[in-house]
Amino acid sequence: MAFRSSTRWRFRQPSVIPGFGLALGVTLAWLTLIVLIPLSGLIWRSTSLGWSSFMSLVLDERTVNALTISFGTAFIAAVVNLFFGVVLAWVLVRYRFPGKRVIDAMVDLPFALPTAVAGIALTALYAPNGWIGSLLEPLGIKIAFTPAGIVVALVFVGLPFVVRTVQPVMEEIDKEVEEAAATLGANRFQTISRVLLPGLLPAGLTGFALAFARGVGEYGSVIFIAGNLPYVSEIAPLLIIIRLEEFNYPAATAIATVMLFLSFIMLLVINSIQAWSRRRYSNGA
Amino acid sequence: MEVRVQNIRKEFGRFPALDDVSLDIRSGELIALLGPSGSGKTTLLRLIAGLESPTDGTIFFGAEDASKKTVQQRNIGFVFQHYALFRHMTVLDNVSFGLKVRPSSRRPPAADIRRRALDLLELVQLSGLEKRYPAQLSGGQRQRVALARAMAVEPNVLLLDEPFGALDAQVRKELRKWLREIHDRTGHTTVFVTHDQEEALELADRVVVMSKGAIEQVGTPDDIYDHPVSPFVYGFIGQSNCIDVTLSSGEIWFEDRPIGLRAASEPDGVATLYFRPHDIELIDGCGGCLAGLVTASRRVAGTRHLEIDLGKAHPPVEIELPPERASSTDHTRVAFRPTKWTLFRKEGDVAAVSRQAEAPVSELARTGT
Amino acid sequence: MALDTSTAPTASSKLVKAATSETRVARLTLIAVALGFVALFLLLPLATVFIEAFRKGPAEFATALRDPETFSAIRLTLIVAAISVPLNLVFGVAASWAIAKFEFKGKAFLTTLIDLPFSVSPVISGLVFVLLFGANSALGPFLQKHGIHILFAVPGLVLATVFVTFPFVARELIPLMQEQGTSDEEAALSLGATGWQTFWHVTLPNIKWGLLYGVLLCNARAMGEFGAVSVVSGHIRGQTNTMPLQVEILYNEYNFVAAFAVAAVLALLALVTLVLKTALEIRYSDEIAASRRH
Repeated sequence: MAFRSSTRWRFRQPSVIPGFGLALGVTLAWLTLIVLIPLSGLIWRSTSLGWSSFMSLVLDERTVNALTISFGTAFIAAVVNLFFGVVLAWVLVRYRFPGKRVIDAMVDLPFALPTAVAGIALTALYAPNGWIGSLLEPLGIKIAFTPAGIVVALVFVGLPFVVRTVQPVMEEIDKEVEEAAATLGANRFQTISRVLLPGLLPAGLTGFALAFARGVGEYGSVIFIAGNLPYVSEIAPLLIIIRLEEFNYPAATAIATVMLFLSFIMLLVINSIQAWSRRRYSNGA
Repeated sequence: MEVRVQNIRKEFGRFPALDDVSLDIRSGELIALLGPSGSGKTTLLRLIAGLESPTDGTIFFGAEDASKKTVQQRNIGFVFQHYALFRHMTVLDNVSFGLKVRPSSRRPPAADIRRRALDLLELVQLSGLEKRYPAQLSGGQRQRVALARAMAVEPNVLLLDEPFGALDAQVRKELRKWLREIHDRTGHTTVFVTHDQEEALELADRVVVMSKGAIEQVGTPDDIYDHPVSPFVYGFIGQSNCIDVTLSSGEIWFEDRPIGLRAASEPDGVATLYFRPHDIELIDGCGGCLAGLVTASRRVAGTRHLEIDLGKAHPPVEIELPPERASSTDHTRVAFRPTKWTLFRKEGDVAAVSRQAEAPVSELARTGT
Repeated sequence: MALDTSTAPTASSKLVKAATSETRVARLTLIAVALGFVALFLLLPLATVFIEAFRKGPAEFATALRDPETFSAIRLTLIVAAISVPLNLVFGVAASWAIAKFEFKGKAFLTTLIDLPFSVSPVISGLVFVLLFGANSALGPFLQKHGIHILFAVPGLVLATVFVTFPFVARELIPLMQEQGTSDEEAALSLGATGWQTFWHVTLPNIKWGLLYGVLLCNARAMGEFGAVSVVSGHIRGQTNTMPLQVEILYNEYNFVAAFAVAAVLALLALVTLVLKTALEIRYSDEIAASRRH
């Protein structure tokens, strides 16, 4: 029937452009081989542990501590990055000063610099005999080889995320909006705090969530500066490696599964923030 | 409130956007700043608002020198071309923003702010939409929110920058009428910028025609249309024809013959004759007239437009006739004479005897009827 | 003061400025905070790498780099990048062709799956391959019997690197190709070009700078990856150590100059990447997708 054929379920819209089968085939095959099979291998291994032994591995005191440290330090670092990231983005978008272009380019350094390099450099700086560490030591502040060191490393690693998500949104702020606030009597502080910053909230939260997610999983830059003291400054990814080296595969699998699960939740949160802000604020008309 | 703009000059870099502009805006009137892009109309509006600072000159709000006040202190209402609504605030929060940011000594209680905002939303016919976000509104609705927001602060003067520029034709027409009604009901002194002459003539009490950073003419829509004071206004407002003519002992000549129009007090020399396409009469047999070949004929609504070639050296002129008159005339050749016309002369075109040299641009010569 | 002879117009222009921008003090404070943050967390660590590398002079630096194990680490890093980057390049082009040029069910889900490796900890990225190919895995005995070495060998390093850098090229190309639409391709096809001709002569020239941009970022990550590679490498000196792993080993042996010397080479690589990336952004900003999120 004509009616049925016109509303028939279609996998794809017709198109004159060739190569769909090949391109999608390559994509799916590669995705399956590299990402899906290995990840489902992990899930499969952890389900074969059985619920009770899985839970006892996860609730092991050292594991719980490592997860708490990973998530706690990543959260603090993301908060630091949210604040400084917004300030940095503001300065880069709004003001002119010598060396601005270089600074702007440098923001991406943590993306480009291998994490191990960042790790040893930060350690050298913040160690008690390092440039910054030696300044802080007389004040009784220890950074390297404590959880504070982990935060420092994660601030470095997550620095670009907030800047790079907020910056384009800030660039697109319509000058008229600020002028509108001024014509209505708002002073500069009110304009920024009540009009501009709330508008940046979705982008800021997205950047925060990305920095947080990255911080939770970070390994290379942290292990040098952390001191890696069990229960104190041992992060979850490191514990996975320790368990692997002990050939304790079930424990490594269990920790990895928990982390994977939590980062999926993060991904979900990020996507919902973006969907929510698109629905509410973006100009659909 | 009355607004007086005195000898305002505004330069952007070296480029003068406004050059010695003075304008008195009467309390409670609806006035249009009309001109092509680059004429300085938006700059003038932004100077009144305090969003730009003049290079020179003063702006008075009533008896007060507003030039010494910031945009926040001037208490104006500004409606931006693209509305500039705060997209993370609901309609209600947008409208109440101006009251909420007042220092606590001058801020009305929260309940009053809410009531005032709701009243304004009712005035602009948006009751029930107060919880929406700007993204959930149509263009016309956003326009009205922007107006309500600007009016919420009880502004000294309401300034609108191309208020209908971003809307499609249908909505535009409706909102135009509606803005006039709102103005008549609230009585705010209102200045709006437009490049659309129809909008300006239909809506405004007075129209300010601007060109190249200067005011060409200020007047009622009737004045502007019926008595344009410069070739620019003649050309910019409505349709017009211009032809080069010569004056000789009070008689207007086109090429080698007089066209039956007299400008008795004018000195001899060359001049430009302006007339509107509909201000003409057809003449049977030509004893002093303009005549030419009809090169094109178009029916536009209730009239027929004829394009007439007066000779190679001249641009074609257009005349408008009632359709029945047009069809009764000879289809190839038409003789006519302007019934209302104006003569403009450029400096230097006037013969040496002219006494008008002291005027900076001695354009205005004589208007005939 | 001589500067304070402000006349009326400048006074009123100050009023306007004050209304729509920050005061000079606020501006300078914000700039100082931002620059201080950048200096403390970016510039100082970067400078430290080079300073520590040359702490004992250029001779020591050169000796450190001439070490045969370091040398083989450099070679291995180059090999791993040379294999994984092209693989992800082909994948990235195929994926963005399918996603950007066609409408099909499940497209959004596919895009999410492609982004997945970004949200997985590098250590887990390595772990999954250990679980898949390790001695106690289902495949383990089979691989052992046939003498196939994946873990603690180049294939494992490549797999982990490919996993980690999986989304880079695709993520750069998808928004770019979506922006460009399909009309160019349709025009080429209507003129009689075949599918491959269309791709080579129409699509590829349109995306070449975006592609290069993606490859650049992909390569930087491939050469610098640490966590994932660390899990699968087995740290066999002179055989399965990439440069970042070599940095770790030297550092843990308190051979700081050598560790920082290798780190300096990697840092230099990062700087070159940044320079090229910035140059591409400036020169071809409209031919690179707007997405600056990596």
